Amino acid sequence: MEAKPKLYYFQGRGRMESIRWLLAAAGVEFEEEFLETREQYEKLLKDGRLLFDQVPLVEIDGMPLTQSRAILSYLAAKYNLYGKDLKERLRIDMYTDGTLDLMIMIAQAAFKPPKEKEESYALIVKRAKTRYFPVFEKILKDHGEDFLVGNRFSWADIQLLEAILMVEELSAPILSDFPLLQAFKARISNIPTIQKFLQPGSQRKPPPDGHYVEVVRNVLKF
Amino acid sequence: MCETTVAAMAGKPVLYYWDARGRMECIRWLLAAAGVEFEEKFIETPADMEKLIKDGRLMFQQVPMVEIDGMTLVQTRAILNYIATKYNLYGKDAKERALIDMYTEGILDLSEMMLQVVISLPEQREAKISLVKEKTKNRYLPAYEKVLKSHGQDYLVGNRLTKVDIHLLELLLYVEELDSSLLAPFPLLKALKSRISSLPNVKKFLQPGSQRKPPPDMKRIEEARKAFKF
Repeated sequence: MEAKPKLYYFQGRGRMESIRWLLAAAGVEFEEEFLETREQYEKLLKDGRLLFDQVPLVEIDGMPLTQSRAILSYLAAKYNLYGKDLKERLRIDMYTDGTLDLMIMIAQAAFKPPKEKEESYALIVKRAKTRYFPVFEKILKDHGEDFLVGNRFSWADIQLLEAILMVEELSAPILSDFPLLQAFKARISNIPTIQKFLQPGSQRKPPPDGHYVEVVRNVLKF
Repeated sequence: MCETTVAAMAGKPVLYYWDARGRMECIRWLLAAAGVEFEEKFIETPADMEKLIKDGRLMFQQVPMVEIDGMTLVQTRAILNYIATKYNLYGKDAKERALIDMYTEGILDLSEMMLQVVISLPEQREAKISLVKEKTKNRYLPAYEKVLKSHGQDYLVGNRLTKVDIHLLELLLYVEELDSSLLAPFPLLKALKSRISSLPNVKKFLQPGSQRKPPPDMKRIEEARKAFKF
């Protein structure tokens, strides 16, 4: 019986949330250890499990993996969410790189002073509306299929749903010009593993608040 | 579907970017290391960029963009991964790929910090250079030295050449350009640098006259900043 993956991160979204989404969507149970103190972080450093002194860290299949993109790619391949061939994998990489760029902007905004934070959020909403979401609307329109790549569920679909929900938290009507994304959102949300993850009490984390920012700053000393 | 140029139809990849290193240089390196000839179309004016966007060839309105195998690709990592897989530079299985990806991400993070030095406003530059030197010395070079020490092999992953050896060589050359003393405490990295530099395709790319781009010219950066507004 395979050991459960173990996630080491703060008790918040940051760079770990996409990994939680992917595991949850794949129906994989996982454990979490939350970083709350500097001492915990220093212990991880001393144990030599953080290659670049950074979290996320995921222990899986006997490997201490860091770097969220490396972790996500490994999990996508392991759980058959990475397309059927090289060309599908490539499309999934392009789409997830795009949605990840958008979500990283959101994660970083939490650490900015109030005025810059508001400016960042405004830019994020603008980018979502003019750079990212039109692309995915068009992809769905062009092939008329239920999923972004290869007519089957993949990492790209999970990450797009995650990005849509995050941007909706900043601007509720963000999908108003994108009917196919609205349908996509409903469809992917109804997948049983995802539906479960969207329920209260799951391991999904809330948006970053002042407390989260404070903990991260204290632990990482910046 | 995006239009594909004549060159791309003829089989050679075509790279769209400024005549500069930026985020395209690692792609040039990987193609060169794989022995793949490629053509380049340089963005020179904002109008060039606008045309690419208007023609729908830039998925997220950004470059790098590469036409290859009848496709129009964007996103540096997606492009690198495709090329690496195609030319057998991505390890033998999922676990090797995970290590390659992890090591690559560190290199891309440090490269991004170096890029920020180049494109940052002049008054911020010194602070950013200090940050790069500090991270290079205390975080990144020690990590790669440790990987090489742990297995004692000639390459970072799987005892054979993969994309990450190429990325690391490129990075080490930039570290040297920044401050050659930074490499001094890392004998295994210095040895890797020599070894990978000696590989025939790499050696050729390191010669003058190749498509390798020179260090950024700060005057040209400032001109580009005004024109492209960054």
